[in-house]
Amino acid sequence: MTLIIFKTLLILIIFLISLGIAAYSTYGERKIAAFLQDRIGPDRAGPFGILQPIADGVKMFLKEEIIPNVSNKWLFILGPCIFMVTALMTSAVIPWGLPLEISGVKYNLQVADINIGILYVLGVVSLGVYGIMIGGWASNNKFALLGAIRASSQMISYELAMGMSVIAILLMNDGSLSLNSMVENQGTGKLYGFINISGMNWNVFYQPVAFLIFLICAFAECNRTPFDLAESESELIGGFHTEYSSMKLGLYLFAEYINMFISAAVISCLFFGGYNFPGISYLQEILPANIVSLISVAVLFGKIIFFIFFFMWIRWTIPRFRYDQLMRLGWQWLMPLSIINMLITGAVLIWIRN
Amino acid sequence: MQLTNRAQQVVQKEMTLAERLYLPAIFAGLSITIKHLFKKKATLKYPEVKREFAPVYRGQHVLKRDAEGRENCTACGLCAVSCPAEAITMDAAERKAGEEHLYREEKYAAKYEINMLRCIYCGLCEEACPKDAIYLTDRIVASEFTRGKFVYGKDVLVEKMDDRIDVSQRKKHYSIVNN
Repeated sequence: MTLIIFKTLLILIIFLISLGIAAYSTYGERKIAAFLQDRIGPDRAGPFGILQPIADGVKMFLKEEIIPNVSNKWLFILGPCIFMVTALMTSAVIPWGLPLEISGVKYNLQVADINIGILYVLGVVSLGVYGIMIGGWASNNKFALLGAIRASSQMISYELAMGMSVIAILLMNDGSLSLNSMVENQGTGKLYGFINISGMNWNVFYQPVAFLIFLICAFAECNRTPFDLAESESELIGGFHTEYSSMKLGLYLFAEYINMFISAAVISCLFFGGYNFPGISYLQEILPANIVSLISVAVLFGKIIFFIFFFMWIRWTIPRFRYDQLMRLGWQWLMPLSIINMLITGAVLIWIRN
Repeated sequence: MQLTNRAQQVVQKEMTLAERLYLPAIFAGLSITIKHLFKKKATLKYPEVKREFAPVYRGQHVLKRDAEGRENCTACGLCAVSCPAEAITMDAAERKAGEEHLYREEKYAAKYEINMLRCIYCGLCEEACPKDAIYLTDRIVASEFTRGKFVYGKDVLVEKMDDRIDVSQRKKHYSIVNN
């Protein structure tokens, strides 16, 4: 019974944190964009403009709700709903920290430790394509449809390379798909078998190529620059959300930031040891377990925030790809590269184990 | 003629592997953008900090009074004639007895209007003025909701006695140019 209460609370907290981080990502994006361009950015709402997301949210709610006459009304409403729900659903399998111990019972800081963890993430993310596709199609607008087609073809193409790059990690993880076991494995053992720093056995040191492929694919999956052809406001007005207004547009934009948050979390968990940090076993000896657990949560969020920053940093550095460049990169470079990486990983693992 | 030594010969050559990977170029770009994160920001926080204008900035006009507070303008109409945008109109009137403290000379402008939407802020009116009466200042013309409100009359243009406008910098500049 207490487990159910704990999980419900955890879901609620993660839900609120996701929304909060998504809201403040919009602020962070504007601020970082400004700073990278020698500007100041929003600074009028509250000190340093930290109330700006609230002002933006109120603005979104107060805008007129327009549903085009020629659109398919149910699908038009369904589109942003699916996109938002799938974006929020992914957070269920991410291990947020070391187990908390409340009155002698250990609680995992993970909503569901399902044994197909990463497969679930990939599956739910690909469901997100429906949100974009349905929204773009239901608008009954050529620009929206073009944007939706671009978005879905891009997401489907890059999912393959993404999945392939993850397989290399799975091979190293004895074939287990559970994100929790992956993160735990990165916290134990010696780096390269001889460098003894506790909690530093991160996959990125073994699989830099897989990390690079995964990172590039994550950009594509989130429809972020340099792969923001789905929106490409300079060519397609706004892509799949051209016809959307008010909070339905808000849901699309919001869900994109949640996607970014979740993919930053997945990258941290797969390649950067999740909640593990150097010196974690030393802290476990001198501090109470619950405090170490909270520190581990903070460390994971530090990594996530760094990756969100990195997403934004990339956005204001690299211009958008052309469509044929996008497809060539996905199919002719990343896809073969990830397969070769997977084969080499497998061969090396067999060689080590025999 | 060579202006700078930055010019480069354009050649069509095969890209090397490093160039085709784009990653070195991307990292170079990232390091450039991150440097800008710590640079001094170019933005001025406008209402609190105002950008300093050049002394010859041509903004909203002012009709000057002399040291005793009398209007300088004699409604000679040279400004209206010189105005290429035909933005200035005026009605002249004769000074009555007892109005010597209001107007410097026997003739004055009873009505003086500048259409701020027509005005191109060229500054020819102040150059034409023989009486030191009209000057352009560094004040910016405020926005309005209707076009009619942009026709500024004497109530806006003539400087207030308790809020004199300093045009000495401007005069200095003109004296340098003229001499």
